[in-house]
Amino acid sequence: MAVRHKSVETKYMEQRDAVLRGLRWLDRRSFLKAAAAAAGAVMARGLMPPHSFQLIEIANAATSKDFGTVGHQGSAPFRIAYISDSHLYERTLNQRFIRAIVRAVEDVNALDPQPDFVLYGGDLAQLGTRQQLDLGRQILAELKPPVKMMVGEHDWFLDLGDAWQEMFGPPNYSFDWKGVHFVVLMSVHEKDFWTARHMTPMERMRTVAGLDNPIQSRFEVGEEERKWLAADLAKVPHTTPLVVFSHSPLYKYYRDWNFWTEDAEQVQALLQPFSQVTVIHGHTHQMLFNRIGNINFYGMLSTAWPWPYAPQGLPPLTIQMNRADPFDQLDGCGDGQFMMRADGLVDTIYALWDRNPVSVPAGYLLSGGKSDRPPAPQFASY
Amino acid sequence: MHRYQVALLLAAGGLVSSAGMAIAPRVLNAQQPVAHHPVPATKNGNVVVMLCDGKTSLEIKGLKPGHTMTHDQATAVARQLMQKWQRAHPGELWQMAQEEGTQMRPTTTEQGNPSPNLPSAPNQPPSGEAPNPVPHPANPVQEQVQGVPVHRQAQPQQQGDTYASFNQRDFRVWQAETQKFVEYGKRVFHSDKLLGGTIGVSCDMCHPDAANTHPETYPKYQVQLQRVALLRDMIEWCIENPVKGATMSPNDPRLRALEAYILAQRKGVPLNYGKH
Ligand code: HEC
Repeated sequence: MAVRHKSVETKYMEQRDAVLRGLRWLDRRSFLKAAAAAAGAVMARGLMPPHSFQLIEIANAATSKDFGTVGHQGSAPFRIAYISDSHLYERTLNQRFIRAIVRAVEDVNALDPQPDFVLYGGDLAQLGTRQQLDLGRQILAELKPPVKMMVGEHDWFLDLGDAWQEMFGPPNYSFDWKGVHFVVLMSVHEKDFWTARHMTPMERMRTVAGLDNPIQSRFEVGEEERKWLAADLAKVPHTTPLVVFSHSPLYKYYRDWNFWTEDAEQVQALLQPFSQVTVIHGHTHQMLFNRIGNINFYGMLSTAWPWPYAPQGLPPLTIQMNRADPFDQLDGCGDGQFMMRADGLVDTIYALWDRNPVSVPAGYLLSGGKSDRPPAPQFASY
Repeated sequence: MHRYQVALLLAAGGLVSSAGMAIAPRVLNAQQPVAHHPVPATKNGNVVVMLCDGKTSLEIKGLKPGHTMTHDQATAVARQLMQKWQRAHPGELWQMAQEEGTQMRPTTTEQGNPSPNLPSAPNQPPSGEAPNPVPHPANPVQEQVQGVPVHRQAQPQQQGDTYASFNQRDFRVWQAETQKFVEYGKRVFHSDKLLGGTIGVSCDMCHPDAANTHPETYPKYQVQLQRVALLRDMIEWCIENPVKGATMSPNDPRLRALEAYILAQRKGVPLNYGKH
């Protein structure tokens, strides 16, 4: 029988998987043991430790001391899961991004306890075609909990939202759940850069899809929708916990990559009067958190690929995730959960695939970074 | 023969200036294959060694192709070649590698009585911004040489050499050529089609503005490749893996342009090979 040869890559991934399988939910002692074993394995081969073997200690989200405390609002604690930024192509072109979103769906369906609902954070499609959106719709239909949909620029700019709205309804809406007011925004409007340039719909789509393409405009919620938001919030007492879902960050992080919302200040002004406000956004594909005035912000992970941290403008409270391992397609990607606390604030869990999850308690942002600090990265970007 | 002339033009600036500005950018197109400098044939089939100027050459008596020289022989050959070059370029400043304990000093000191303002000197910038600002009596330049401030004032410029005599127009043409090459690399970087990708993925999807490609850190050991990698090895790997394309030949203009674009995005970042 022929000897079965394994490639260097395969052998490496097998070793690494073995280490990682043992990693989830370790206590401190077994963590140290696993870390030593991994380091030993690496050293025995006379190699430098690759990033992917860097084991870092991470608070176990399930034991986060903030979760479940009874606050003054009296809303019932519950969980929301999220999946975001899957960037699907047609099934015939790209299987990789499909496998990733399917993994996220399996993650969510395996959660115990189950979340009350799942937020889909936008950019379901890569180039906004009906086939891409429909493929995503079919995959998300496998989710056991109900799904709340949000739109991203990759879903929108081929037909300016026709197909997406046909499948999923209006792009901005609000609802109440267990004492919390939720708002979903369409925050990726752009000023018309295409008509004057005589672009085809696909040219327009591809321009917006290029993160570093300077021809496009900056994202905005826009005047009309801000009016709608003001009217929606006018009905809600300021003591009601408020959670806003937006694809763009609703603050100004890095203009060149549209990690940016042009009218962010005006939108924030509408949210500031509320005592407990959380903004949850997609688009940035990285662990990202911020606090501006009264508002806690969390960026979601992508299932498809991680973005690098931008060269400027990173919010000071953000703790970077370790740089992603290019040799592992899923590294730096993932999904996650928001733990709605009784006091109306949100603890966030970044369920990074092939790594231990990172928990960011609301207390970290509330204290301005003084308490509940998530673990620091060993491989920050440069 | 025409092709070789083009190559010599690049290597020896002197011809560029004497030929005036007749070089169309098309001729210099960086996407063309790299040119070769043929060495003159010898009667006995001895090895001929060529200097980096692409012109000065030396026949090594008694050395046939495939045979090697001793270190001493090779050193002697290098010295002879440099002497030949210096004879052809009298008055040129050439700093030999610093030997231990000796002060580095120019091989030529005073240059007769040079006129600071040669008529029609090709290396006088016609107007506007000069690539390397030439010190002028009215504008002394404060420079640093290895951290030591050097005050240059109205010094006469060395004249008559070939390598350094390009004018501002030459410089602009070369800059434009380089920029075109970088722009082509940018197009490749942003296009799954040009990359030969099969799953719709291009480099910019994960590396906007080539962020996180860290070209300044190469060469470095890549555990997963189990060897020391050059930047282009990593580019090739990325073409093959995240982009799912076929690897490119080292001379593929797309690969060379990708490398150019990635490096251009990190202009000014200090080289730091081996960093992880
Ligand atoms: C699916 C995402 C993805 C795609 C597509 C991709 N890369 Fe990468 N690449 C990465 C990640 C993640 C890293 C690791 C970055 C880090 O070290 O922070 C990386 C690393 C690299 C590095 C090495 C960086 C270092 O620090 O040594 C180079 C060079 C590189 N990529 C070039 C390319 C090129 C060229 C392409 C297109 C042919 C490409 N990449 C396509 C994700 C990608």
